[in-house]
Amino acid sequence: MTHGFRKQLLYFMVALVWLFALLWPLLDINPDGTLGFWRSFAAWMPIAVAGSIVFVLYQIRQAGWLGAPARMLETGRQALGARLSLIPAWVWFVLIAAVFFAIPQFTDRRVHDILIQVLVYVCLGLGLNIVIGLCGLLDLGFIAFYGVGAYTYALLSLHYGISFWLALPVAAFLAMIAGCIIGYPTLRMRGDYLAIVTLGFGEIVRIILNNWMSLTNGPNGVMAKPLTVPLPMFEGGFRIEEVALRSLGDLYYVAFFLAIITIIAVNRLNFSRIGRAWEAIREDETAAELMGVNTFAFKLMAYAMGAVFGGLAGAFFAARMGFVAPESFTFLESALVLSIVVLGGMGSIPGIILGAFAIIALPEVFREFQMYRMLAFGGAMTFMMLVRPAGLIPAKRMGKRGEEEE
Amino acid sequence: MAGDTILELKNVAAHYGRIQALKGISLSVREGEVVSIIGANGAGKSTTLMTICGIVRASEGAVHYAGQDITRVNADKLPRMGLCQVPEGRRIFPRLSVAENLDMGAFFRRRKRRIRADMEMVYEYFPRLRERRSQAGGTLSGGEQQMLAIGRALMSRPKVLLLDEPSLGLAPIIVKQIFDIVQTINQEQGVTILLVEQNANLALQASNRGYVLETGKVVMADDAASLLDNPDIRKAYLGE
Repeated sequence: MTHGFRKQLLYFMVALVWLFALLWPLLDINPDGTLGFWRSFAAWMPIAVAGSIVFVLYQIRQAGWLGAPARMLETGRQALGARLSLIPAWVWFVLIAAVFFAIPQFTDRRVHDILIQVLVYVCLGLGLNIVIGLCGLLDLGFIAFYGVGAYTYALLSLHYGISFWLALPVAAFLAMIAGCIIGYPTLRMRGDYLAIVTLGFGEIVRIILNNWMSLTNGPNGVMAKPLTVPLPMFEGGFRIEEVALRSLGDLYYVAFFLAIITIIAVNRLNFSRIGRAWEAIREDETAAELMGVNTFAFKLMAYAMGAVFGGLAGAFFAARMGFVAPESFTFLESALVLSIVVLGGMGSIPGIILGAFAIIALPEVFREFQMYRMLAFGGAMTFMMLVRPAGLIPAKRMGKRGEEEE
Repeated sequence: MAGDTILELKNVAAHYGRIQALKGISLSVREGEVVSIIGANGAGKSTTLMTICGIVRASEGAVHYAGQDITRVNADKLPRMGLCQVPEGRRIFPRLSVAENLDMGAFFRRRKRRIRADMEMVYEYFPRLRERRSQAGGTLSGGEQQMLAIGRALMSRPKVLLLDEPSLGLAPIIVKQIFDIVQTINQEQGVTILLVEQNANLALQASNRGYVLETGKVVMADDAASLLDNPDIRKAYLGE
């Protein structure tokens, strides 16, 4: 018996009863007014059993009965870690990139679809990471830039037949302009006030998209041309032809390419003078200003750079779906991207990539449990924040830059 | 030793919303001097420094620095003009390493080699910072953080250094060390220092001249030695 065992047991029991009290009205009060019991019990039972096993294991560990095997595992882990840390970072990068490059060859449409979504959210997460993770500005309306990028491509391709690759920089540029327009009046505010105002601006963009019938066709949405790539053709003389990419496997490579570009760009920004200034602003805005950082200009730049990657992701999203409508750019999407950044680890690039997988891919994998998907999702988020408040892979950079210039 | 006037406040007033914090402050600092501003809580000492730096905007009056009117100049332009502040409560960047904190002090400077040389100089003044250079700023002790804040300001190669309450919350022995170094910096580097302190005794001993602030006004200005001898001052600020 460990110290406080009775109290923990009591809490555990109360939690189980509480869970049942939560499930029963959801599952066993039928629409026709009859009451049941077994459906909620059937849902509750596996959770209770799993919880009990975890509880018992935890108690055993607390009692110290796992001391010896745990120590062995720990030394093994450290030895492995020391070995692995000898391999330079770029080897890992190439290895992971190669795996991602090869994936579509072995997987089916469904996997392609999920992976494309994950990659789009990687771009979004990394864009928002600049604003939140590096510069420390809480932005609840980030999805607006995604929307601007998506509509830019859709409208340009629809009215002017401009190809994806030409529209891409335009989408990024317009998103950047939108970032400056939104940033200019709002960045004078700090903290909570800024969060609320960005939330408002995010909604404004969505509502404009919804109501500006003559430009955006309102809630009916806009059709976008499929993505094309210029390929050289040799049949009957040499020429370059725009070939539409229709299979998801091909689109995957475009998303992959955009994600790589984003990762490289954000990584370079992170370790630049600008990145340092952003971090100083995040740590202490007044002190940063006293050290000669033009805080307003740098905050605006963070906003604009974040918007650029949002815009790129948006343009790809429009090309991939072939259709955009305002309902894709709700506050819920902003919250999703925000949770990717927070769950993954603010300021940490690998963390955010992992976060995007966790938040986008896992719910898809667990589609069978449809009904409990969001419940499990919420539970997992709460659990993660309790166990790893700094994120899945916390930003690790202490003492890096000051020394590396040697 | 004192040269021309380098920093001058002419009848400066400042407000926080409707509350007037400064009610017409005039003071001047000559090149090479150590000048201290003493006064009780809420007398407007920190506000005076924040107004000089343009973080708080002066509602009336003018601030002149090195022959220029800097009343309306943005705060971020001042370090490159040679005017740098060590703010109250140190305000180092807690999650950046010591070396990165120092690097931020030289943010506007481009020449890597000179920045490196200055970092060495700061490490000479504060050997503790060299020992802890790759540690996060927030994990330092109070005294070390104060050293870091001063070192960070030195990285901008200031002509005038504004120091806000360097003794705040520190043990007397650490305070003594910090004041010694401040005087060394003044003598070796020829940095002019404007010091705000609650610890009037210590501040005046380290200074050439002093100003006494009360509720947003300068009530007395004199040589530090005469202020230390002044019976009123001794009674009000030196605890006698």
